[in-house]
Amino acid sequence: MKIGVVTFPGSLDDGDAARAARIAGAEVVRLWHADPDLHGVDAVVLPGGFSYGDYLRCGAIARFAPVMETISAAARDGMPVMGICNGFQILCEAHLLPGALTRNQHLHFRNRDQWLRIENSDTAWTNHFTPGQEILIPVKNGEGCYVADQRTLDELEANGQIVARYIQGNPNGSTRDIAAVRNTAGNVLGIMPHPEHAVEALTGPSLDGLGFFSSVLKHLAGVGVPA
Amino acid sequence: MARVVVDVMLKPEILDPQGQAVANALPRLGVNDVASVRIGRRVEIDFAGEVDLERAREIADKLLANPVIEDYEIRVVEAV
Repeated sequence: MKIGVVTFPGSLDDGDAARAARIAGAEVVRLWHADPDLHGVDAVVLPGGFSYGDYLRCGAIARFAPVMETISAAARDGMPVMGICNGFQILCEAHLLPGALTRNQHLHFRNRDQWLRIENSDTAWTNHFTPGQEILIPVKNGEGCYVADQRTLDELEANGQIVARYIQGNPNGSTRDIAAVRNTAGNVLGIMPHPEHAVEALTGPSLDGLGFFSSVLKHLAGVGVPA
Repeated sequence: MARVVVDVMLKPEILDPQGQAVANALPRLGVNDVASVRIGRRVEIDFAGEVDLERAREIADKLLANPVIEDYEIRVVEAV
């Protein structure tokens, strides 16, 4: 299984995302923002960082990168895509996920290990978890406050599209403690904290992040097989 | 030069922590009668030829503002 990791100018966590995918057992293909070719990958990770310097709004310019046009089309056709942090912002700007991410309510950058509760395991990226499972992965963002209008939020709740919530403290003021959301189909996931930084005991607070990468491998292995 | 100005503001229902931080600093200037401060962005677009309002609206809608959280206003001004 090939997982593509995109590098935009200003991406920071592409190396860690590639490493995490490799540790989970995937063949990793590095994708470049200016190259629209996905080089035969089965899934894509949009990593954290500050694509295009976060100019205008986080993710606003990356959305128009040549690689994103191909990824958007593939995502609409069901290819699994996970956006982490800046990648989540890009997915919202590209309208692949509802809502938007705004400046942390308290204006401070937050960098710490964060407990999350997995609310929905019915996605390509979280099927490895059980609903209600609590995991610990790092969070590090300045603009991670998830917002959407009330109607959208109610729809997300009703459809089970809220995939993870912050517990034991909300690091950025995110509405309804939302840490991760998915599209209706469940192939596109946006998550503000960083699973790719929690895949090895030496450097991470846990190995919980690996679950996202093993989930997509499991999903890809089962594609076409009726549930 | 033909100039279009686009003002982008957070929608009223979206919290503006930056504006709040500025409002909270005002008492230090001795200003105590300000109820609220909201911060937006002004974008100036200079067309090489005639003003193309349709095109400007497209730029504002697709790139300059995120309609999920922001409103925008467009006007043509005399460029100096």
